[in-house]
Amino acid sequence: MNMTRRRQGPISFMRGIAADLFSRWMPGIALLFVLISPAHALLEIDITQGNVDPIAISIPDFTGASPEEAEIGADVTRVITNNLSRSGLFRPLDPRSFIQKGISIEQTPRFGDWRIIDSLALVSGKISMEQDGRLKVEFRLWDVFAEQQMLGLQFFTSPENWRRVGHLVSDAIYKRLTGESGYFDTRIVFVAESGPKGRRVKRLAIMDQDGANPLFLTSGDNLVLTPRFSPNRQEIVYLSYAAGAPRVYLYNLDNGRQEVVGDFPGMTFAPRFSPSGDTVIMSLERNGNSDIYTLDLRTRRQQRLTSSPAIDTSPSYSPDARRITFNSDRGGSSQIYVMNADGSDIERITFGKGRYGTPVWSPRGDYISFTKQYQGQFFIGVIRPDGSGERVLTSGYHAEGPDWSPNGRVMVFFKETRSVDNTGRGFSTRLWSVDLTGYNERVFVTPGDASDPAWSPLNK
Amino acid sequence: MFLSQVQNVNWKLPLVGLLMLGLSACASSQSRETTSEGPATPGSLRDLQVNVGDRVFFDYDSYSLQPAGQATLERQAQWLKQWTDRKIVIEGHCDERGTREYNLALGARRANAARNYLISLGISANRIETISYGKERPEALGSTESAWTQNRRAVTVVRSGPSS
Repeated sequence: MNMTRRRQGPISFMRGIAADLFSRWMPGIALLFVLISPAHALLEIDITQGNVDPIAISIPDFTGASPEEAEIGADVTRVITNNLSRSGLFRPLDPRSFIQKGISIEQTPRFGDWRIIDSLALVSGKISMEQDGRLKVEFRLWDVFAEQQMLGLQFFTSPENWRRVGHLVSDAIYKRLTGESGYFDTRIVFVAESGPKGRRVKRLAIMDQDGANPLFLTSGDNLVLTPRFSPNRQEIVYLSYAAGAPRVYLYNLDNGRQEVVGDFPGMTFAPRFSPSGDTVIMSLERNGNSDIYTLDLRTRRQQRLTSSPAIDTSPSYSPDARRITFNSDRGGSSQIYVMNADGSDIERITFGKGRYGTPVWSPRGDYISFTKQYQGQFFIGVIRPDGSGERVLTSGYHAEGPDWSPNGRVMVFFKETRSVDNTGRGFSTRLWSVDLTGYNERVFVTPGDASDPAWSPLNK
Repeated sequence: MFLSQVQNVNWKLPLVGLLMLGLSACASSQSRETTSEGPATPGSLRDLQVNVGDRVFFDYDSYSLQPAGQATLERQAQWLKQWTDRKIVIEGHCDERGTREYNLALGARRANAARNYLISLGISANRIETISYGKERPEALGSTESAWTQNRRAVTVVRSGPSS
């Protein structure tokens, strides 16, 4: 994959579709019908269970009257199928098993044909080009056993945004069938790595959550680390050595501008936005000691939250912004703590065996994800904010930095492999995702090595 | 395309940084010496590396100076008293067995432990800067205890004067 190919892309891409899609999202236009039948309960997945039996769903290619429309239909269908499959909650059936061929959105399905192949849900869709050049995508979601339509929507956008519409359709299906919001219309920012282990080139990069449209944001001239999204999606905070010394920077996705965050007398690192996006929370190091500070981006007011001789780093707000979790070695080893947003009532929550770090509060508020090291292994896990319910989701030689999908269901993190000799051969780093249950661990396809992933919020 | 990017790397540590990296495969000062050409100019970075010792090592997740490290820093202090116009940067580094963010903090602690020791030996604080690279600039590239031991280090780099 060539990432430079789309270098012009992301800003106009995001902007264009946001303006076009959502300005046209008026009731009566976007929403065709939403019929809720009493029988729909048949088809709701309880995703709070540990091991989910994925729901069998059929997604025939969206139809199109012209070859061009049919081709877009096949492409959109592929995006939807891939999204639902990767979630682990759906099992898209092989189109070769379909008995009713060429189903049109205008007709009621022959439900018997879909029951025979044990498809619980069915999606029919259609692509058409409007007179004004816009792309129209319509689909219906059917409950095969209740013989009812569960959802019907149509979208208008410019043709180059067909992939984005595929994500919106995926989110609508996911939400209708699981009762929770989806996470497909999102992106992941990460550090793209290349070069030998001792002289790695690290660049900010961004891609859609399914790995499509990868794009470099920085040149690789400067070491960059730990990018994180703003809740408004158009800004990223990250660490850069651009000025020689490590400092927290803001990257504006609309115009590509990069600026230092605040005027601090030492290294600033481990940045993250507050839930409102108004504040950046981070560590400031002075004379070797790291404490947690906030900077209000509008008033430029700094506030110091911790004052200990220990390492205090990796701060992350709770979604209601009233609490903060962070990593500290104040108790003698690296552990996870929580405190109030003003720095009061500091409480340790990890007491298991090992060293804990990189706590990130779930967008749902119910869990804090972490990296843990114990007996030469790394673990990705979650724990309740009160310190109960610790669970390990995956492990490896090196696994680090879990960040949450916006619905709090999936974590993205990175895994490094061990060098097999003293030249660094065998070393690589890849992005992975895992379900909150610990199931459905998957590697991302990225152009080259990748680390430090962070998930964008869902577009609102 | 990635390889061509590598050649354009600017580590923001001109010359001295590149020299250090070029020597990186060598574990001991003995072998370091053999890879350099000619005698080191007195007062140069290479003089510090070869004849004084430019680095001190730390235990896992520790920033306490060990006796060997203190001895190295004492030699560095003598050298700095001889070359009074030299300014230095102490780089703090970690092994790969920690998280990026924690290791940035730990690297800063290590660099400052070395700096504070030099100050206690009479070197002026305004001659010594520090920078943490966390685990981002390993010198030994293996995934073994011996590689990690070499990577848990504070390295003194001369900012002024000749490099070799």
